[in-house]
Amino acid sequence: MTALLEVKDLKVRVEDNEILHGLTLTVNPGEVHAIMGPNGSGKSTLSHVIAGKPGYEVTDGQILFRGEDLLEMEPDERAAKGVFLAFQYPVEIPGVTTWNFLHTALNAQRKARGESQLSSPEFLKKVRAVAKSLNIPQDMLKRGVNVGFSGGEKKRNEILQMALFEPAVCILDEMDSGLDIDALRVAADGVNALRSPERAMVVITHYQRLLNYIVPDFVHVMSKGRVVKSGGKDLALELEASGYAQFEDAA
Amino acid sequence: MNLALAKNETGRALSDSFAVARDRLPGTGKVAEARSAAFDAYDRVGLPHRRIEDWKYTDLRALMREVLPLAPAPDAAALKQAAAAVKLQAIKGARRLVLVDGVFAPKLSELDGLEKGLAIRTLREVLEAGDAALQTQLFTPDTANPMVALNSAMMTDGVVIEIADGVVLKQPLQVIHVATGATPAAMFTRSLLRLGKDAGVTLVESYIAADGAKSYQAHDSLIVSIGDNSRLDHVRLVEDAREAVNISSAVLTLGAHAHFNTFGMTSGAAVSRYQATIAFAGEHSRVETNGVNLLNGRQHADTTLFMDHAVPHCASREVFRAVADDRAHSVFQGRIIVRPDAQKTDAKMMTRALLLSDEAEADNKPELEIFADDVTCGHGATTGALDESLLFYLRARGLSEKEAQALLIQAFVGEAIESIVNDDLRELAIAAAQRWLEARS
Repeated sequence: MTALLEVKDLKVRVEDNEILHGLTLTVNPGEVHAIMGPNGSGKSTLSHVIAGKPGYEVTDGQILFRGEDLLEMEPDERAAKGVFLAFQYPVEIPGVTTWNFLHTALNAQRKARGESQLSSPEFLKKVRAVAKSLNIPQDMLKRGVNVGFSGGEKKRNEILQMALFEPAVCILDEMDSGLDIDALRVAADGVNALRSPERAMVVITHYQRLLNYIVPDFVHVMSKGRVVKSGGKDLALELEASGYAQFEDAA
Repeated sequence: MNLALAKNETGRALSDSFAVARDRLPGTGKVAEARSAAFDAYDRVGLPHRRIEDWKYTDLRALMREVLPLAPAPDAAALKQAAAAVKLQAIKGARRLVLVDGVFAPKLSELDGLEKGLAIRTLREVLEAGDAALQTQLFTPDTANPMVALNSAMMTDGVVIEIADGVVLKQPLQVIHVATGATPAAMFTRSLLRLGKDAGVTLVESYIAADGAKSYQAHDSLIVSIGDNSRLDHVRLVEDAREAVNISSAVLTLGAHAHFNTFGMTSGAAVSRYQATIAFAGEHSRVETNGVNLLNGRQHADTTLFMDHAVPHCASREVFRAVADDRAHSVFQGRIIVRPDAQKTDAKMMTRALLLSDEAEADNKPELEIFADDVTCGHGATTGALDESLLFYLRARGLSEKEAQALLIQAFVGEAIESIVNDDLRELAIAAAQRWLEARS
């Protein structure tokens, strides 16, 4: 079986600093992987490189998506293939309504895949159903993308997109940052509803707390640009008790 | 006659063509005298150049070089071409008034069933046989501005619209300027709108080219008076041919409790300048002026506004957005004067420029001259590139680079376009912006 996402011995630098020093990760369909680690361990860099954010130089290694070289693709091609990054800090785009943005993005992805374009009524029907399932009020769709949204609303908007675009792999970058416990629960419920045997998730987080709500199959600990330990969900609890300090030296 | 040869180095080329054209210019007696005086005023300066402060960023001697000879009156073939071009610009439910190569085209215009209180005549009619007061009003613009003076001297046709007191027209009036000539020529038009008291109307001005029309010059001017308690909504779209020149001036006066909402967008013409003077003559009036430039290639577009707060308790808002790609050059000059008596003036101006390439240029020049002490005035200007983090967010959601840029550009100009009250007109402006965006991808 071809893995959904394979990161092989990935080395990444930003300007003169190497951030990832040979990172390897294999994600199969249906799996939920948690990546934990202290600040500066390279967790977000990994998510950005997978999504194709400019400014990172891959000096060695590979990222394969269903066996295809992801690093050769533009960010929009990756999205159309089914790679989704839920941003730690979703940007605000004044003047572009959420509704228009979602419609444009969905049709762009469909076009890239050779699928038919959704008309406004077709799209409306689809987005309404998804928004309802996530308890997102209609008026949020009429507002500018993330403009004036609370932290919780911004994350719900990311999950709405995830539900709408139906990606094969979702990278959730610090989804818990800036959320209180109630907002966290709502966001986690949204993510859990999207778990399926075909879809994989990579949950990047600093804290174990999120993993009480999104229970992972695998936990990886990152430190200084490498995965230093992998295990089952219990590894997260272990970390919560003992902290990251033990891995600082290991790295 | 070859005008290029007749031209001397100061750009004062026109004396021959004025003499040549004089027979074709409507009006005798006082009108002819006013023309001659205006021409002399132009001739003293010639084409304005960068050493004249007001034209610092738009040096017509360099950009335009010469004033082309007067365009011939359109023949049947030209009218046919114009009709095809006009069709694409038609707004649902608007009353269309078409000027082809600077000449009013009755067959392309809709003059039937004029609403009660609406009178439309051609400039030619009024200059030839109008009452003296109206003729005088047609010569009101200040001939200190050489391009206004030239227009006064050379104006051949246009529309003169009068709306009586108490008449609020539901149907917008759309004046379409179409150029058809394949040979380079200039057209000089002037229109006038007199809006009575307690009246209202929407005026649309469109500048377009018929298939094949290229390096022409459109010289236009508009004179507007808005009566007490009246409202004018105004939309102006410059979609001239990419080799064309458009030099337009407007002089607007507002009475008391009047409201003027205007939106202008320039996406066409190689070189364009829109200079408008808006004067408050009555208290408690309000002006909102919104503008957008969408430029690429080597386009040069200049919007120069002069807001004259002469009386108390008036408000003005200026919102201007410029998008410049390639080697395009956008100019915005906004001058606000608050005269000593104009207490409680509330005037604000905000200009923002978006540069899509390293070689694009935007000049923003706000000028506030405040002589009253109890006023609220402010201005701001920003210039920048598209935000990389926004672009990446959109691309990570599946939009190509061009699509992501297009969406952000639409958002950037959106605030100005949203100011258009009438749904159909807003759609017209959005469609014009869309055409520009599609042409660049």
